[in-house]
Amino acid sequence: MSAHAQAAGHHHHHHESDAEAIAPTWKDSKRYAWLLGIVVPALPIAAFLLVEVTGLSLFWWFGPMFVFGFMPLLDTVFGSDPNNPPDNVIKWLEQDRYYRWCTYLFIPMQYVSLVFACWVWATQDLSILAAVGLAFTVGSVNGIAIANAHELGHKREAIEKWLAKVALAPTWYGHFFIEHNRGHHVRVSTPEDPASSRLGENFYEFLPRTIIGSFRSAWKLEKLRFDRMGKSPWTIKNDIVNAWAISVVVWGVLLAVFGIEILPYMLIQAFFGFSLLEVVNYLEHYGLLRGKREDGRYERCAPEHSWNSNIVASNVFLYHLQRHSDHHAHPLRRYQALRNWEGAPELPAGYATMIVAAYLPPVWKRVMDHRVVEHYGGDVTKANIHPRARKRILKTFNPPTPTA
Amino acid sequence: MSVYTCPECAFVYDEDQGVPREGFPPGTPFSEVPDDWTCPDCGVRDKLDFVVAAPEAPAPGGPEGA
Repeated sequence: MSAHAQAAGHHHHHHESDAEAIAPTWKDSKRYAWLLGIVVPALPIAAFLLVEVTGLSLFWWFGPMFVFGFMPLLDTVFGSDPNNPPDNVIKWLEQDRYYRWCTYLFIPMQYVSLVFACWVWATQDLSILAAVGLAFTVGSVNGIAIANAHELGHKREAIEKWLAKVALAPTWYGHFFIEHNRGHHVRVSTPEDPASSRLGENFYEFLPRTIIGSFRSAWKLEKLRFDRMGKSPWTIKNDIVNAWAISVVVWGVLLAVFGIEILPYMLIQAFFGFSLLEVVNYLEHYGLLRGKREDGRYERCAPEHSWNSNIVASNVFLYHLQRHSDHHAHPLRRYQALRNWEGAPELPAGYATMIVAAYLPPVWKRVMDHRVVEHYGGDVTKANIHPRARKRILKTFNPPTPTA
Repeated sequence: MSVYTCPECAFVYDEDQGVPREGFPPGTPFSEVPDDWTCPDCGVRDKLDFVVAAPEAPAPGGPEGA
């Protein structure tokens, strides 16, 4: 309620002048923690140094070690922080440009790390296993870069939208910010959304569905826009075409400079990078379903349609992405101002830990399926059930039989 | 001509200006915008949710949402 009142006053032609509610006493405890996001692109360089110091080529895999080992550890150590910025500081918090610079600075660092990795592949004598390890390490950076691009891609400012495309270019995921903003946010937690995972759908079924479905949907959305203008979508003004053009340039330059032999590793890092984004998608709406209203439209996306977590470490590395209900309620709200919603569905652990569970379907099933059913008060039929798993799911979670 | 705003993010559809990028040239009445068109900025609200804003002088306090 208060959230809507704020949003209504947030007219984009004069929102800078609205931002005068200066916070006198409140301090943002995460303020400097957001700088940690910029540490992520240093992973390939850290890998190089660790190999140099220890002599162990195992450390070329430092990226996955960091994401799947160190981050879950940090999640456990630092625990949860449900505190919200008070309502009257939100505007002040959003207009503070410091927070924007934390996201902008990630991108040059991301490119330094990509060029560094190409240099290593081209000039250092790595075993294939080590070179693949480095591809996974760079892929970790470019995957986490998608969280950064996600933050920027939601904004009105043209420069931020452009930076989002640049951050997505190494993984060829430029179509993401179209599909995400105009597709996913519209159809979230419905069977029609390729990026909302369904109860009983394991990650390996979800992955191809979301990769292919999201690309198709992005193209359809842009085509529809150009159809309305009476123009062909095959133009550089098409946001998919111009985003992919950046990928062509980036990859073209890197391959020209460092040689064709880096291509297999570039492909591996891209695949691993966008798979990392997609596994995060898998966590965010698993099994959740919006009901249909009487007029046939889906009910509006509400806090109960996203999984959340207040675990600090994963939140800091992914720009509060885990405060997902607030993000879906107010997609333009800047990351530092996203709030925890009391009573929204909560994941049992931070994203970094849950990603590992998602990679292991029997573990995921055990941890999450009953939580979905409990969320619906025991009535599994209210969930977004994967058609192929429907029989099994209904058998396991016996829906209450109608008594009348 | 009228002005419509998104109740979530205050995106403005001004019939005088249309939204050329979305394929609605200047002068396109809001009624000609398809019902399933969603707010291009937030994506959370669609055409049917948009509210009329006063054309010239906005009411004191500006357009209020829900």
